[in-house]
Amino acid sequence: MTETGIGIAAAAPAVGVRGAIRVWERHWKLHSFYWRSDLMGAVVQPLLYLMGMGLGVGALVDSQGAGLLGGVSYLAFVAPAVIAAAAMNVAAQESVWPLMAGFKWSNAFQAMCATPITAAQVAGGTLLWLTTKVTISTVGVGAVLMLFPATRTVGVLAAIPAGIVTGLAYGLAISAWTATRESDTSFPVILRFFILPMFLFAGVFFPVDQLPDPIPLIVWAVPLWHGVELSRGAVIGGLDPAMAAIHIAILLVWVGIGFLACTQTFTRRLTP
Amino acid sequence: MADAPSSIPVVSAHNLVKRFGEFTAVDGIDVEVRPGEAFGFLGPNGAGKSSTMRMIGCVSPVTSGELRIFGMDPATHGRQIRSRIGVVPQTDQLDMELSVEENLIIYGRYFDLPRRLCRERAAELLEFVQLSDRATSKVEPLSGGMKRRVTIARALINDPELLLLDEPTTGLDPQARHVLWDRLYRLKQRGVTLVLTTHYMDEAEQLCDRLVVMDQGRIAAEGSPRELIQRHSTREVLELRYVPGQNELQAERLQGLGDRVEVLPDRVLVYADDGEAALREVHNRDAMPESSLVRRSSLEDVFLALTGRTLND
Repeated sequence: MTETGIGIAAAAPAVGVRGAIRVWERHWKLHSFYWRSDLMGAVVQPLLYLMGMGLGVGALVDSQGAGLLGGVSYLAFVAPAVIAAAAMNVAAQESVWPLMAGFKWSNAFQAMCATPITAAQVAGGTLLWLTTKVTISTVGVGAVLMLFPATRTVGVLAAIPAGIVTGLAYGLAISAWTATRESDTSFPVILRFFILPMFLFAGVFFPVDQLPDPIPLIVWAVPLWHGVELSRGAVIGGLDPAMAAIHIAILLVWVGIGFLACTQTFTRRLTP
Repeated sequence: MADAPSSIPVVSAHNLVKRFGEFTAVDGIDVEVRPGEAFGFLGPNGAGKSSTMRMIGCVSPVTSGELRIFGMDPATHGRQIRSRIGVVPQTDQLDMELSVEENLIIYGRYFDLPRRLCRERAAELLEFVQLSDRATSKVEPLSGGMKRRVTIARALINDPELLLLDEPTTGLDPQARHVLWDRLYRLKQRGVTLVLTTHYMDEAEQLCDRLVVMDQGRIAAEGSPRELIQRHSTREVLELRYVPGQNELQAERLQGLGDRVEVLPDRVLVYADDGEAALREVHNRDAMPESSLVRRSSLEDVFLALTGRTLND
C-alpha cells in the first residue's frame, strides 16, 4: 500500500489536470455540433457591430475633431475594447444555461463524479472549456480588427490574451454562482442587470472619466474595465507598463478567486 | 492487505450515518456485502436507500460510522474505489445529443482508458445489452428500456468488480424489465458483485441473494428473500376484496383467523399457512367477499409485517 500511496501522491497534480482534460473532451465533443454557429457569432457579430458603431457613430464623433479621443478615430477607440467585451459576453452566456444543464438537466456532472473524476476536476474542465470558448471569440474579433487599417497592429496579439483573462474573470465567478442554483430564474437578471450595464458603462464606448463620480472609481472593481484598458492600450498604444501590470494582476485575482469559488460550489453541489 | 482478495468484503458498513442538516437520511446501519453476491436494499421512497448508495459510490461523504469498499476508506481512497465500480443512477444521465457509442467512449475516458480500448469495449458492451444495431444512433429517440441498457453498458466500461444499481427498472414496462434482469443475472454469473435498491418486491426476489429491508433510515430486517418470508410471514396469504367501505366491518368477523389479519384500504389480508382452509372458514363465518385470492407470501408481506405500511404508499 505504501508504495502505491507514494506513487499516487506524486502523480496527483498530473492526474488532476488529466481529469480536467477528460471533462473538457466531453464539452468539446458536444460542442462539435455547434462550432459553425459559434464561429459565425465570433466573427460576423463583431464585424456588424464595428461597422455600425465605428463607421456610423464614429463618423459623427470624428467630425468633432481628432483631439476628442486623444488623436484616434472612434473606430480605433471602440474596436479593441470589443475584444474584451465579447469575451465577457461569451463567458457569461456559457456560464449560465449551458453550465446548468450539466448540473441539472442532463446531470452529466453527476455522472462524471461517479467515475474517478472529482468535483474539482469538473471545475477544472469548466475552466478549460471557458478558455476554449473565449479564445474562439477573441480570436474572431481579433481577425475582424485586422480588416481595419486603424487597428491592424501587432498589439492585437497581446489584446487577445487580455480578452481571454477578462472572459475567465466573469465566466468563473458566474459558474460558481450557477453551481449553487436549483433554478434558472436568476440568469436573465445576471445578463440584463450586471453584464449589460458593464458593457455600456465600463469604458467600451467612451472613456469612463466622462461619467460622474464615483463611477470612475467603481470601475476598478469591474473586470471588463481592466480588460478594456489592456486591449485598447495594446492595440492603439499609450498603455503605461505599471498600469498594465496592475490591470493584469487585478484580472488574475478575479480568475483565481473565481476558480477557488468554483471548486467549492461544485464540490458542495456534486458530492452532497 | 495480506488476506486473499476474495475474503475482503466488497462493502462493509458499521453504524453508518448520513445527515443533511437536521435530517437523518441513514440512521446507523450495518451492512456487509461479499464478493460475487447480489445484495439488495429494499424499502419505500425516502427510506435512505439512495443516500446509502451514494456513500458506497464515494460521491457522498459519510457523516459518521465506518464504511469500507474493497477494504478501503472512501474518504481517503475515493478515486481508487470509484475506478473499480460501475454506477447505474436512478435517472439516466446520458448525453442525449450524442450517439450511444459516443456516450460510452466519453464515459470510458473519465476512467482514463485509452480511446482505442474504449471503442473496443463499447462494441462488446453494446452487444451484451443487445444494442449493437443502435450504436451510431442518438440517445434521445431511444425507448426508456433502451436508454437504461445504454446506462448499464456505460457503467460497465471500466470492467467493474462492483455494480451499483439505484432502482434499475423503475418506470420500465414488464418486457423491458425482464430483458434487464436477464442481463444483470448474466453479470452476476461472471462474478460481478451487484448492489441494488428497489421498491419492487418481484425485482428483489428475482435478483437478490440477500437483502435488507430499510425503513426511515434504519434496517428493519436482513436475510435472503426466502428467509425473510419464513421469518416474518406465513406460507400463504388470503386476499379478500369487499364492497368499498366494508373492510373494517368484515374484518371484525375474521378475528382470530390465521396468524394475523391486516386491513388495507383496498383489501383485507389473512395470513395463514393454508389459504384455502382460511377461505372456507371465511365462508363459515358468513363474511363472503366480492372476490378472493390465495397466493404465496412475498416480500411485500414482510415489509407490511415489519413496518405496518405498504411499499408504494
